[in-house]
Amino acid sequence: MLTADASQAASWRSLRKEVLAGDADFRSEKLHERAQATRRSILKMITDAGQGHIGGDFSVTDILTVLFDAVMNVDPEDHRKEDRDHFILSKGHCAAALYSTLAHSGFFPVSELDTFMAPLSALNGHPNRVKVPGVETNTGPLGHGLPVAVGTAIGAKLLGNGTRVFVVTGDGEMQEGSNWEALMSASHQKLDNLTLIVDRNRLQQGARTEETNGLDPLDARLAAFGMEVRIVDGHNYNELIDALTPSTTGSPVAIIANTIKGKGVSFIEDRVEWHHKVPSKEQTLQAFQELS
Amino acid sequence: MTTTTVQTDAPTFDNRQDFADELINLARTNDRVVAVCNDSVGSSNLTKFREEFPDRLINVGIAEQNMVGVGAGLANAGFIPFVCAAGPFLTGRSLEQIKADVAYSQHNVILCGMSPGMAYGELGPTHHSVEDFSWLRALPGLDIVVPADGPQTRAAVRNAVADPRPTYIRVGRFKVPHVSEDNAGLERGKFVVAREGTDVTLIATGTEVSRALWAAASLAAEGVSARVLNAAYLSPLDEDAIRDAARQTGGIITAEEANVAGGLGAAVASVVGQLEDGARVPLRILGLKDHFSPTGSTAFLLDHFGLTADHIAAAAREVLNRD
Repeated sequence: MLTADASQAASWRSLRKEVLAGDADFRSEKLHERAQATRRSILKMITDAGQGHIGGDFSVTDILTVLFDAVMNVDPEDHRKEDRDHFILSKGHCAAALYSTLAHSGFFPVSELDTFMAPLSALNGHPNRVKVPGVETNTGPLGHGLPVAVGTAIGAKLLGNGTRVFVVTGDGEMQEGSNWEALMSASHQKLDNLTLIVDRNRLQQGARTEETNGLDPLDARLAAFGMEVRIVDGHNYNELIDALTPSTTGSPVAIIANTIKGKGVSFIEDRVEWHHKVPSKEQTLQAFQELS
Repeated sequence: MTTTTVQTDAPTFDNRQDFADELINLARTNDRVVAVCNDSVGSSNLTKFREEFPDRLINVGIAEQNMVGVGAGLANAGFIPFVCAAGPFLTGRSLEQIKADVAYSQHNVILCGMSPGMAYGELGPTHHSVEDFSWLRALPGLDIVVPADGPQTRAAVRNAVADPRPTYIRVGRFKVPHVSEDNAGLERGKFVVAREGTDVTLIATGTEVSRALWAAASLAAEGVSARVLNAAYLSPLDEDAIRDAARQTGGIITAEEANVAGGLGAAVASVVGQLEDGARVPLRILGLKDHFSPTGSTAFLLDHFGLTADHIAAAAREVLNRD
């Protein structure tokens, strides 16, 4: 198990304080800086490793940034404290985005990111809770995170400790039936401490979601399963912050975060072939420029 | 070490009763013990648990993938979830959840395969859980416990609460006699020596343990001393006991109410087959082979697949060249 980086955790704490105290414009600016730094880390990890899922990493980066830097109650130096808020990245193939976010928050040293997918690294291509602090459950096969999030939310209710559970799925991932089993449970159990965020970038590995096995009307479908549905621009920090406030209806919340796969790099954005393509040297230079 | 004998007309019991009673006992003193099920409140014998702890029984309905994921989530929140469902659906429908969410994630979920093996006799192969050993033995970090009777079922439940870890417990429905004392314990990763013997070793698990003891009694009448090992844990595997059996006795018979492709017999074979020259002994593996079960009661099917005391004794005579 990797261990926390105390000084990184301290600077993350002071940044959070600033972000939460600032006005909307300030928050947006600060969170954008953080997200772009995370994207640059991801780019480096993927080009060094020669593999990774850059498109989905970039679509989910802003969501992760808002959760860790402005919303969740977590402690990088006591990552399994019982009264923590829980985060599950169900789209586990976007591990690079999660690792980068966790490292920048001090859960483990940023230098560890250099080992991404190297032999015997803790940072596998899919996250492993046994080795990486901040990972709540091992994901990779799709449709696993939401059921585990439901169980965690039921546990939090039984403990009565007021903690919240956040889970991010891909949109293509919602084609897995286990998610809909879990949604039925979530609403039946009135898990108002649970928030599902669907990273709605409209692309899956092979094609557009709507050309593959259409999800729309996703909002109506989620509502029909008993969710309080909120639709936001998944790259707008203040919209995300507002949407991530607790349930107002007693029902679990489902946020459809409309995103752009590959967000931040012009030649990657919204292109199906960039699901897990690796940029060339020239492309990497251009990408770094666009993300700076 | 005492030699156990079990009369063929001894009273028999459904292990689910002891399972439920022990679970309730432990839940009374440990508020982290919870149960999760898939509409199987009755068949998992959880009705009394629900009456006493209504908030701590989570019935997710007929949705086994979600059920196992919910179990992992409850473990993640600090609970000891006993996830109960008929064995075939628990292991078959949710195998990837067991792999990723329980074994690989090391969430301390106690998977309780109710009515395993061919307990659902006439309901047929869809409702039989005879592949569970094969599937689950392939998962690192998952204990597999197969109690042979009520007291051992209680011990398995106690072990799970005292030292929670990813675990699969077969909770038998087919009535079996007690082969152990009322307060028997189970040691993790150890076979139980059910009967001492020197000529041949019978390694049996679950429903087959009492049958192996009956076989040993009939062999004794012929002057054959049969050791009986109760494979109460399949994972971790008691390799020492298997090696001792090979080195100290003249042959090994395994018996399991399961498919032989990857089960107890296969586990024993992988140990025996890799022993040094001179230590390898003849081995016979009794269990389900080649085809899905035909229609029949559990007792009929155990006979059909060669899993009675007579079959076990005959296999022992064969390896000792006494038939």
